[in-house]
Amino acid sequence: MRQKGLKSLLVLAFSLFLVLKGTIIFAQEGGHNSPAHNTEKKFNITETILEHVSDSYGWHLWGHTSISLPVMLYTDKGFEVFSSKNLADEHHNPVAYQGKNTYMVNHHTGKVEIVNADGTPNHEEKLYDFSITKNVASLMVSVLVIMFMFLAVARAYKKTGVTSAPKGLQSFLEPVILFVRDDIAKPNIGAKYAKYMPFLLSIFFFVWINNMLGLVPFFPGGANLSGNIAFTMVLAVIVFIVVNVSGNKNYWGHIFWMPGVPVPMKIFLAPIELMGVFTKPISLMIRLFANITAGHILVLALICLVFVFKSMAIAPVSVAFAGFIYLIELLVAFLQAFIFTMLTALYIGMAVEEHHHAEGAHH
Amino acid sequence: MVGSLAAIGAGLAAIGAGIGIGQIGKGATEGIARQPEAANDIRSAMIIAAAFVEAVALFAVVVSFLGLNSGGAA
Repeated sequence: MRQKGLKSLLVLAFSLFLVLKGTIIFAQEGGHNSPAHNTEKKFNITETILEHVSDSYGWHLWGHTSISLPVMLYTDKGFEVFSSKNLADEHHNPVAYQGKNTYMVNHHTGKVEIVNADGTPNHEEKLYDFSITKNVASLMVSVLVIMFMFLAVARAYKKTGVTSAPKGLQSFLEPVILFVRDDIAKPNIGAKYAKYMPFLLSIFFFVWINNMLGLVPFFPGGANLSGNIAFTMVLAVIVFIVVNVSGNKNYWGHIFWMPGVPVPMKIFLAPIELMGVFTKPISLMIRLFANITAGHILVLALICLVFVFKSMAIAPVSVAFAGFIYLIELLVAFLQAFIFTMLTALYIGMAVEEHHHAEGAHH
Repeated sequence: MVGSLAAIGAGLAAIGAGIGIGQIGKGATEGIARQPEAANDIRSAMIIAAAFVEAVALFAVVVSFLGLNSGGAA
């Protein structure tokens, strides 16, 4: 009975494949013959995906509608603020804006540059970009979301205390907060965990909520904020500072004069351990960046298949796959926040540990 | 040319990650079969280890994607 069901499923899948294959070939032939397709700009999948995962000066909503954000530049001629709608025409092609200098968005890097009269970039004049870009605006949105959530919950705890049952938003957040405390902070840091709880909770919810907002495909989500390496770098620098400021003499002793090994080995291990101080936050930075960016790229690539094949038949397949990856990404959004926080707690635990093993193992 | 090299690179990373995640799954199922009462602990440890392995494959995806783009632009 079961085998029969499997067989019919196989037949169905195979015939669907044949039908799709036929449709694709037919669609491709149709595309070559009709003159309408020749006038269309060739679809560039890499460019489209990179445009969607990278930062931009305006916040695109749909079609030709986008939110203009302020562009703030500091040059030799002073500070200057103008709207990002001056930098692109209605087809999203970059145009020059005449301010104190002439500014134009570089097509490859996506950053504003000073250009000469003939349109060539001028790299001699220095330019500091403080613009409220899409990522900065998204950061503000997520900060508002987090503030709304946590101020409401904190007010509820203040009013009813910890003895009565949680209500509303409180009952959603309390298990997650307890999860961070009991499964991340306590096992990794040990007795001194309470001091680091505010930091770990901030990191966890900040990363998680930004990951989730990045997965919302429409305004006010959709900015690939936690897949931006500057964002993850700032988080990693904060972790670096917290870990090394809380490091006690055991921690530094393990780095510069590893106990329990012969003297030549101590000298040999010191530079390696010192390098480890820096590679830990760097690995945190790259892990979060690569996971979130790769997730966005995967979803976008699957959606882009529709435009690559220009076929109605391929659309359900690619949308189904994109939906599947999307669900995995919801898990990854949580998992990456969890791993970031857990490793932070682990590093803090290593830094504040009082007693160490006699054989000199530092884990 | 650069595009196919990038695809080969991503494929090699997928092989590595496949082996790694396979080993994790094998270890976890064996562990759960031996000690069913530890299933919850083993499962969470498995997910964390899988995320580490997966991250390496994703690094490769990102690197090959960036290589694809810069190769295309040059």
